[in-house]
Amino acid sequence: MSKSMLSLTVNGRTRDDVVPDNMLLVDYLREVVGATGTKVGCDGGECGACTVIVDGKARHACLTLAVSCNGKAVETVESLERNGRMSALQRAFNEKLGAQCGFCTPGMIMASEALLRHTPNPNDDDIRRELAANICRCTGYVKIIESVHAAVAETSAKEAAE
Amino acid sequence: MNDMGPVQTIGVPTPLVDGPEKVTGRAMFAADYCVADSLVGRILRSPVAHAKVKKVDVSKAREIPGVKAVLTGEDCNQTFGVLPIAQNEYPLAKYRVRYRGEPIAAVAAVDVATAQKALDAITFEYEELPAYFTAEEARAEDAIDLHEERPGNIERDVHYDLGDVEDGFAKADLVMEEEYQCAEIAQVQSEPHATYAEYDTQRDKLTVWPSTQVPFYVHLMLERTLEMEKSRIRVIKPQLGGGFGCRTETLNVELICAMLARAAGGRVGLVVSREETFITHRGRPETAVKMKIGMRADGKLLAAQSECVQRGGGYSGYGIVTILYAGSMLYGIYDIEAIKFDGYRVLTNMPPPGAMRGHGTVNMRFAFEDLMDRMATKLGLDPFAVRRANLLKAPTFTFNDLMVNSYGLDECLDWVEEASGWKDRKGKLPPGKGLGMACSHYVSGASKPKHWTGEPHATVNLKVDFDGSVTLLTGAAEIGQGSSTMATQCVAEVLGVDMGRVHTISSDSAITPKDNGSYSSRVTYMVGNAAVDAANNLKNVLTEAAARKLEVPPDQVECLGEVYRAGTQDEGLTFDEVVMEALRDTGTITVKGTFTTLPESQGGKKYRGAAIGGTMAFSYAAQVVEVTVDPDTAEISVDKVWVAHDCGKALNPLSVEGQVQGSVWMGMGQAMTEGTRYHDGLGITGNMLDYRVPTIVESPPIEVKIVEAEDPHGPFGAKEAGEGSLSGFLPALTAAVADAIGVRAADLPLTPDVLLKLMEDKARADKKAAAQDSAEVA
Repeated sequence: MSKSMLSLTVNGRTRDDVVPDNMLLVDYLREVVGATGTKVGCDGGECGACTVIVDGKARHACLTLAVSCNGKAVETVESLERNGRMSALQRAFNEKLGAQCGFCTPGMIMASEALLRHTPNPNDDDIRRELAANICRCTGYVKIIESVHAAVAETSAKEAAE
Repeated sequence: MNDMGPVQTIGVPTPLVDGPEKVTGRAMFAADYCVADSLVGRILRSPVAHAKVKKVDVSKAREIPGVKAVLTGEDCNQTFGVLPIAQNEYPLAKYRVRYRGEPIAAVAAVDVATAQKALDAITFEYEELPAYFTAEEARAEDAIDLHEERPGNIERDVHYDLGDVEDGFAKADLVMEEEYQCAEIAQVQSEPHATYAEYDTQRDKLTVWPSTQVPFYVHLMLERTLEMEKSRIRVIKPQLGGGFGCRTETLNVELICAMLARAAGGRVGLVVSREETFITHRGRPETAVKMKIGMRADGKLLAAQSECVQRGGGYSGYGIVTILYAGSMLYGIYDIEAIKFDGYRVLTNMPPPGAMRGHGTVNMRFAFEDLMDRMATKLGLDPFAVRRANLLKAPTFTFNDLMVNSYGLDECLDWVEEASGWKDRKGKLPPGKGLGMACSHYVSGASKPKHWTGEPHATVNLKVDFDGSVTLLTGAAEIGQGSSTMATQCVAEVLGVDMGRVHTISSDSAITPKDNGSYSSRVTYMVGNAAVDAANNLKNVLTEAAARKLEVPPDQVECLGEVYRAGTQDEGLTFDEVVMEALRDTGTITVKGTFTTLPESQGGKKYRGAAIGGTMAFSYAAQVVEVTVDPDTAEISVDKVWVAHDCGKALNPLSVEGQVQGSVWMGMGQAMTEGTRYHDGLGITGNMLDYRVPTIVESPPIEVKIVEAEDPHGPFGAKEAGEGSLSGFLPALTAAVADAIGVRAADLPLTPDVLLKLMEDKARADKKAAAQDSAEVA
């Protein structure tokens, strides 16, 4: 398998790696970068556990070739904490029990993050539409929807206070 | 000073103690250990469903550079299995393969490509045998036996005839009979099976990180199949991506990984695909139920008779227990004496099912509740009235000797009836919309353990040292259900301290006390009680130390959590000061707490296997489901679910809500979309698109009411919360669909194609009846 040079940013850090052309982004993130927060829950494009953000958009890292991210910005769940403080979405998923076993959670949170970037005040239908490709087997999704709303509420309350 | 008091933790909605790791990506699941510098494990699987193994030739595979270990059935001397009376499976098939996809060889290599090359180089010679893919084929007279010791391919038949069933039917005003068919379903937990194993050749020691709900059982099976001293094995359960019963018995993946690590003399990661996880599913078996009920005109149940046939797989797994649960749990929810049950668990050439959430009870409860609803309609009774005519009165023992000390089903019924607006809305909804209701229950752990050793059912250790922190050691497997949070809460509550003082470490055989594992909803009841016991023992030690220091008798010491004092005017001692006093002379404090079930809770002896179903407490649930059915496409939308669940004292209301919502929703999947399918034993739904798990789009709001009929022996009065409300969804859905469009379904899942056919049949029947009527009129 031929290899290519991959220059990109992962969670804000510039990286240059030589990777096989057939390497999936998810394998690159987990095995080369060592960012194991991104999960593999299926054999390709079924479950959404590997959802990351590429140039601002939610992507299945298991359906994306690593080399196709050359020159792009990749963000994973590990990027959301700021100075050791969890993001509003992470806090909400924690406090509202949007995460039970936690395996789908990184993908679920990154898909929600992508949603909030383009739709800062989503209604239930917006959330359902954007998270439609992310399977959770624990929650029945009720508390996931609540978590996204809670994150929005916390962010708006903070903005109002400022 | 007077306003200070112990910190309250129990009953307070509490985020999970391991939540931050999960939302930040720091939680380490088994596959996350494997990405380090370790060998890659891969499994070669049987292409045939039933065959004699002639030869598995691995000579070429062994020669490939980078291949570090190749194993076959010849390397396996011992069988395994979760039930001591049914251990008939080899980690790698030895003499026979009994289902398509059964492991026949395994390799460990430096990378995926090399491992795959090695698998491709293995040849499998076999002599094909007749294969049976249905219970009926396997039970046929001329069928050959899958296992010599199971003649007729009957894994277990169960028969009881309690009370006077014939008399009950004779006295009944209405007797109805119906046949039900439920497809096999799989857990599809988010995390595919994965194990990481490390073999230390210098010390002959093995450490295994399996994705399991039962690390202790895995430990025993590693000892058995690797023929290795159990003291040289360490099992550490990593973070687990869900279970639902899929990993409540040792799986071949775990054993194969450990065998590869030992053979290769190093570290091996074995992460199987989603398709392989479907093959290793251990889900709910395909089940055929014949149900007959006799009812008085006022709704009182007089007798029931039932036959249940479960299609098992090529190996036993939990099968015997599953068919026993199916029978025993007909009791425990309603006041009924006379029941006759005939159950058959059949071995077939399919991947073995197992102990899925609601183990053994779900399909039976579906049939029972659905038939009750049909009979209510026939008798012109409200379905709520029919349930209320049959409530138990706790404390009591059921007719098959199950102990019931707490019973909140009446309150559950009241709430869902009120919240759903049942009285005002039932029968008055627009066309295509309907309401249905049903009840369900589940055990809080099996009172008689599978491995009877005479030990307590649960043990918890606490350690307190100079830093004033309390380390809680438990073998309870945290699988996402919140067991570590529950145990932490119990200890913090008894001591009256903030949960932050307690560090909980779970499931490491070198550190934590043994625990049987996370299944049959045993952990809150059993481990919770052991945690309370341990914390009380610790509190006694601290109180005595405080008494010494304060120079008063221990009974005059008041514990306020962070302060121990003698009387309200006393400034008292801080927790740290008490700990330092307690450490004097003795050093680090370790205390233990245990829990053992009451003998009278361990089921009866009226028939063979009657101990199954025996539990310390039952949870109860009632639910109302509202649906809309599209008249053209027969698509069902679930608009809303109201569910009330009696879990005794809700230790963590947030977790209880999450568990109940998850249960109801999983019931929805089984009722509406889920079902495995096979072609000649080959799974054709081995992914999450063809096996249709509900997405967020079609998942309804689920409103939960926690009913707290506190159990006298539960920890703070708590009982089961994670399974009992699942099975009620199925019959509530079929009742709601009947209410919406007048069509009764008896087969699940109720997919649009199935429902459309029923609707068309009904339309034809209605038309014919109308034509006959008009002909008669004419």
